[in-house]
Amino acid sequence: MTKQTHPTPMLDELEKGPWPSFISGIKRLRDQHPDGRVSGVANDLLGQLEHSYETRKGYWKGGTVSVFGYGSGIIPRFSEVGSAFPASKEFHTLRVQPPAGNYYTTDSLRQLAESWEKWGSGLVTFHGQTGNIMFIGASTENTQHFFDDINEYGWDLGGAGPCVRTGQSCVGSARCEQSNIDEMRVHRTLLNNFTDDVHRPSLPYKFKFKVSGCPNDCMNSIERSDFAIIGTWRDDMKVEQKEVKEYVAKKGRQYIVDNVIARCPTKALSLAEDDTLEVDNRNCVRCMHCLNVMPKALSPGDDKGATLLLGGKRTLKIGDLMGTVIVPFIKLETPEDYERLVEIAENTIDFWAENGLEHERCGEMIERIGLVNFLEGIGLDVDPNMITDPRTSSYVRTDDWEDEAARWFEHKQSRQAATA
Amino acid sequence: MAKQHDRDPIESGCPDGLQYMHPVMRRNYGNWAYHEDPRPGVLKHVAHGGDAIWTVRAGTQRILDVFTLRKLCDIGDRYADGYVRFTIRSNIEYMVGDESKVMPLISALEDAGFVVGGTKNSVTMISHTQGWLHCDIPGTDASGVVKAMMDELIGEFKNWNMPNRVHITTSCCQINCGGQGDIAINVQHTKPPKINHDLVSNVCERPSVVARCPVAAIRPAIVNGKPSLEVDEKKCICCGACYPPCPPMQINDPEHTKLAIWVGGNHSNARGKPTFQKLVAAGIPNNPPRWPEATAVVKKILQTYKEDAKDWERINDWIERIGWPRFFELTELPFTKYHIDNWLGARRSLNASTHIRF
Repeated sequence: MTKQTHPTPMLDELEKGPWPSFISGIKRLRDQHPDGRVSGVANDLLGQLEHSYETRKGYWKGGTVSVFGYGSGIIPRFSEVGSAFPASKEFHTLRVQPPAGNYYTTDSLRQLAESWEKWGSGLVTFHGQTGNIMFIGASTENTQHFFDDINEYGWDLGGAGPCVRTGQSCVGSARCEQSNIDEMRVHRTLLNNFTDDVHRPSLPYKFKFKVSGCPNDCMNSIERSDFAIIGTWRDDMKVEQKEVKEYVAKKGRQYIVDNVIARCPTKALSLAEDDTLEVDNRNCVRCMHCLNVMPKALSPGDDKGATLLLGGKRTLKIGDLMGTVIVPFIKLETPEDYERLVEIAENTIDFWAENGLEHERCGEMIERIGLVNFLEGIGLDVDPNMITDPRTSSYVRTDDWEDEAARWFEHKQSRQAATA
Repeated sequence: MAKQHDRDPIESGCPDGLQYMHPVMRRNYGNWAYHEDPRPGVLKHVAHGGDAIWTVRAGTQRILDVFTLRKLCDIGDRYADGYVRFTIRSNIEYMVGDESKVMPLISALEDAGFVVGGTKNSVTMISHTQGWLHCDIPGTDASGVVKAMMDELIGEFKNWNMPNRVHITTSCCQINCGGQGDIAINVQHTKPPKINHDLVSNVCERPSVVARCPVAAIRPAIVNGKPSLEVDEKKCICCGACYPPCPPMQINDPEHTKLAIWVGGNHSNARGKPTFQKLVAAGIPNNPPRWPEATAVVKKILQTYKEDAKDWERINDWIERIGWPRFFELTELPFTKYHIDNWLGARRSLNASTHIRF
């Protein structure tokens, strides 16, 4: 089949250079794909993209497209220049939830590819910034067909709009020695508890869960999620002194002092005369640096669990916010532990759904009403691990100080009883 | 009229990763002892029981056509064990249970044009957004900027030359879907939106557009006899937040939409607490198809970091040690009044001490 292709002099510049080129990939679909529909879509997509490069403007508009039964999961795109590029004038993305941890067999990828070239553009990304598989480019009609196909063999849509979004979890227990929790189980327990809230947007704005197995936070959960679950441990870190000595012998004392001892943020490390490591575990904040430098010598302890942080988000509207601690430590082993985790998440989402303003992220609501009101709303007690410093301004009413102090001692006692 | 469908969705949610996981990983789930880095792009993880798994990481074009996806699968079947995963920076990882498979796998990936690397203290793949290819509000392209930049940073992807790992991100509008990065290349608008008053009342829900503005610069108005919106251009910070809910308030401009570069964002808790990225350069032309001016600034920052930072210092750690005056001196970037924050809480970013490096 011969047909006219749009000239793409600017995009052609992106075929030069050693890094793999997405333009070459779209051209392969245009020039080599046996299905005329797929090659036609690729041709017009390149035409529109070239037009964007020439005019330095985007030409996609949103709209309303969904699959039967859902209100979420599709990013609708209609071209503003569709008359010039008709084959790609409807170019919607389907957001599909990946397996927790982003594992695939080549067979599973081939099966998805087959369905996608049958109904869509043949372009896909693993994964978008929220964590979805992004199937980029389907017509309104084919969006439903593609979803029906893949939904039959085990895939479901993720979130888009004001809803619970697709989650992310790190490789964790599957391959990493620093893991402190069962990341996949946490991820799937939370996400699949809120399936209805993923598929039917009815919240003030988006709500994201991200799970990292240790404080290295490879999932960027503190800054990029509303609800961060980060693995940690309470007892002493494990030290293999033999491995420490070998490390010192290999790298030299000065290297260890400069790069391990001196980089400890709470000065909790000391290198003894005999080249063993002394750790002040009471003052270790589990930052992970020394474990990262000497993974063979140092490991997390045995009393593992997670820290929960709430309210991370990017700029819109009041500026960037990090998530902050709402639960310093929670065990995540028994079914009851997981029930408690789900309960905290449910209480959070319910309170925010009730009290958040339209388009207000959970962290912004907390900024507006104050952490204490939020904690009272979801039934959590205050804890000094939630702050960097106590307040510095004296402009505060402290009428019920004695009641609150009594409450603190009461909780302290019950915590001690629970751990005894 | 809506089309008829008789098929209800199966709300299966997030699939179980175990079914797609390499058997060595499944067998040693939660039981790993340590890892080593045999060479750039390769990880070796050892389990307590003695099992080992090798991971080979490769960079791709991220926007994958089905031909490329199948090529990656073919390599996985022929040279690896048929199991892959993707990192959150869209690198593909092949896992093999046998060390002898590592080198042939690397050769197969490189012969097919993929780039092995992105581990440890390298510059890994730039995490990016959709841009002109698919977004409804982009000020620039994402895949194109990244392709042009990775062409020049490929040597840093393939090697361990950096003091610590470097995560770069790009974003095509100021919402910044690319997120925090050691270096972030983000769109920065410099002029208020141009309003098509004929369309506003039909397209936009005016009260929610007014509510969306971070500085209360938008108010309802009657323009040419029609209900519309107007912008107090003295208050406007040109953020573009009004554009998504109200496309007739066009913020993108071929000339005035610029790029800005931010540094020092770090998600990890290692050493210090996580940090936000800070503005270091703005007014960089949005110059397709290869954005050479932006790449030049990024390369200069990387070069300076490489030469001046100590082992294990991320870019934020390095700047904390040397101070901002020296950062601007070494990178030869201008320091301007725009670097001084005036947003909520800005006083906390000022130097309330006599701590000055001379």
